Amino acid sequence: MQRIIKGDQVIDETWHLLPRDVTLAELSNSDDLLVPLPLWQEHSHALLARDGGLGVWLEADEEVESIADDLQHFQVVALNFPVFSDGRHYSSARLLRERYKYQGEVRAIGDVLRDQLFFMKRCGFDAFALRADRDPYEALESLKDFSVTYQAATDEPLPLFRRRR
Amino acid sequence: MYIYDEYDQRIVEDRVKQFRDQIRRYLQGELSEAEMLPLRLQNGLYIQRYAPMLRLAVPYGALSSARLRKLAYVTRRYDKGYAHITTRQNIQLNWPELEDVPDILAELATVQMHAIQTSGNCIRNTTTDQFAGVAADEVVDPRPWCEIVREWSTFHPEFAFLPRKFKIAINGAREDRAAVGVHDIGLNAIRNEAGELGFEVLAGGGLGRTPMVGAVIRPFLPWQHLLTYLESILRVYNRYGRRDNKFKARIKILVKALTPEVFAGKVEAEWASMKDSGATLTQEEVDRVSQYFQEPAYEAFDGDDASYLEKRRTDKGFDNWAMRNVHPHRAPGYAAVTLSLKPTSVAPGDITAEQLEAAADLADRYSLGEIRSTHYQNLVLPYVQQRDLPELWQKCRELGFATPNIGLLTDIICCPGGDFCSLANAKSLPIAEAIQRTFDDLDYLHDIGELELNISGCMNACGHHHIGHIGILGVDKKGQEFYQVSLGGRSGRDAAIGQILGPSFAAEQMPTVVQKVINVYVENRTPEERFIDTYQRIGMAPFKESVYAANH
Ligand code: HEM
Ligand code: SF4
Repeated sequence: MQRIIKGDQVIDETWHLLPRDVTLAELSNSDDLLVPLPLWQEHSHALLARDGGLGVWLEADEEVESIADDLQHFQVVALNFPVFSDGRHYSSARLLRERYKYQGEVRAIGDVLRDQLFFMKRCGFDAFALRADRDPYEALESLKDFSVTYQAATDEPLPLFRRRR
Repeated sequence: MYIYDEYDQRIVEDRVKQFRDQIRRYLQGELSEAEMLPLRLQNGLYIQRYAPMLRLAVPYGALSSARLRKLAYVTRRYDKGYAHITTRQNIQLNWPELEDVPDILAELATVQMHAIQTSGNCIRNTTTDQFAGVAADEVVDPRPWCEIVREWSTFHPEFAFLPRKFKIAINGAREDRAAVGVHDIGLNAIRNEAGELGFEVLAGGGLGRTPMVGAVIRPFLPWQHLLTYLESILRVYNRYGRRDNKFKARIKILVKALTPEVFAGKVEAEWASMKDSGATLTQEEVDRVSQYFQEPAYEAFDGDDASYLEKRRTDKGFDNWAMRNVHPHRAPGYAAVTLSLKPTSVAPGDITAEQLEAAADLADRYSLGEIRSTHYQNLVLPYVQQRDLPELWQKCRELGFATPNIGLLTDIICCPGGDFCSLANAKSLPIAEAIQRTFDDLDYLHDIGELELNISGCMNACGHHHIGHIGILGVDKKGQEFYQVSLGGRSGRDAAIGQILGPSFAAEQMPTVVQKVINVYVENRTPEERFIDTYQRIGMAPFKESVYAANH
């Protein structure tokens, strides 16, 4: 079973990440599912009628604006990093948290590596599905890379200059 | 000069620790080459033709004698005893060992220096006017604002993986010595009619493959909103800048594709929800930072120093130097002095460990310990008393800093080119040297007057060839090194991109080509005209005719 980082701990993964081309007919009724955005857009009624947990995942070029009105239906919003150097979803996560006040889980999926975790966390990600070949326990260390930060961000609404003494 | 408090210091030290661990994991094979690449780039570490190259940040060019001495030590201990000042006011080491880089960074942290975000697709070093705080034409001292932007941009969590690198320049004087028009964001610090301080905001300038001058997207931004507005621009760019093609990924392409008006609209929309948030600047913070940039306690002088003026009248060599390398200062009896790093036959911007130490001594003796790097790849002593100038000149001559060529044709801006850089189409340093040799007659050089000649070894434009009055670009012509010449580029208030003269030339033709261009200018100029003025008046045709006529 895959393990993910949630908060500051490693836990067992309980969600099923469904591929891009999944069809409605293939879905189980009671599992916790992360569905691709197009499936949600096409079949929201059917998805809401299921018993299991529901989350949605967005590709790097899919905008959070497209789910802004639906957020109350999702326990998880997962944001995919096709390569770790594609930084678009850092902005997406902040928008989810700061503009749309989304309180559920914001999860990083895809090419997720430990050296990015600190920044991701600051932008509002609270769960990290590390790339399968990496050790999540070691990665926990990187959540502590810096002991001081200058900017206001999701984790800290005040910039250092309002906290400095 | 800004001095770190415990917070600033901790961030830099945390970084050293983090990078040490990243290098360790890389050397142990836990991080692949591809994964390490952006990590090391964001720390200024390139793997180059012969060795790694480490680019150190010099935020807005602010150096001190202590920093120079530490740099001298580092170049001796870990490199080949010299360093290189870049066109973005930073400093490069050309020969460090990968394994040593964490130790180098630890050394530098002791003098509040680092290599954070000196490369990679992130917000780079914020640059400014090398005469900030002492220039007579200054409206607002840009340095506190540079520092505020430095802190905001350092490890900004949202913008570590932008589509492409991102450069900000701030100018606060009437003249623009920071080239704000060719930066991703350019800020002109201004006062509005009510006397309130704010910024004119330009976006979408840049050089490289598609050179462009930035467009004004906001004529006046009140200072309180500087960071939230920058954040809005960066967010729009981070989300919508192109990532499919590295050559179309700079913000300039996005601004152009959307048009500056539409781009500005998107920024304003983003800003609407961020404006007045906690990130809004406070007077307290501006005061905190500004205290480090107070005017020093100037000695009171009554106008220009008499002995200095006398020396200028009687010593032609001194006068030549004073004319070019000594700059007006706002305090009577003071001057700013450029140490030229452009003597003939030295790579422009190169400085030896001995020179670094000597410059530190000069800074201590003559300039309150402060010294600056310039984007023209020279050093500046900002607080020199005029009465010390004759003595300083003597010392500069002994140290190789006195070449009286600042702002002249031989004060060439030049990238490392094919001698060091693996992306180069052609060598650039030998071309610079050949041109310097051609124009080694001082009287003639001074007679030609102000002229910027910039050389890049490829279209990445590290040598800013597009904005040189004369620009030279290395091109590859069927596997041979050739050079394309452009005329009429300029930075400053009326920034413009140079126009290409015509077909390219072989290396050995270059001194003659430049000579011909200069001849056309000298034959056509009116008494007040600089090269760029004459070019503007008579256009490309006469230059083209002359250069290519004898070329059959
Ligand atoms: C030797 C290793 C170097 C490499 C591999 C390198 C690579 C590059 C590349 C690829 C670009 C284009 C980026 C783009 O347009 O998006 C660039 C731009 C630039 N480089 Fe370098 N560079 C090197 C050294 C230098 C040095 C030594 C300087 C300063 C003297 C410098 C100053 C610049 C500047 C100012 C630009 C920006 C031009 C612009 O605004 O587009 N580079 N460099
Ligand atoms: S302009 Fe080209 S050759 Fe010169 S340093 Fe930049 S990348 Fe290298």
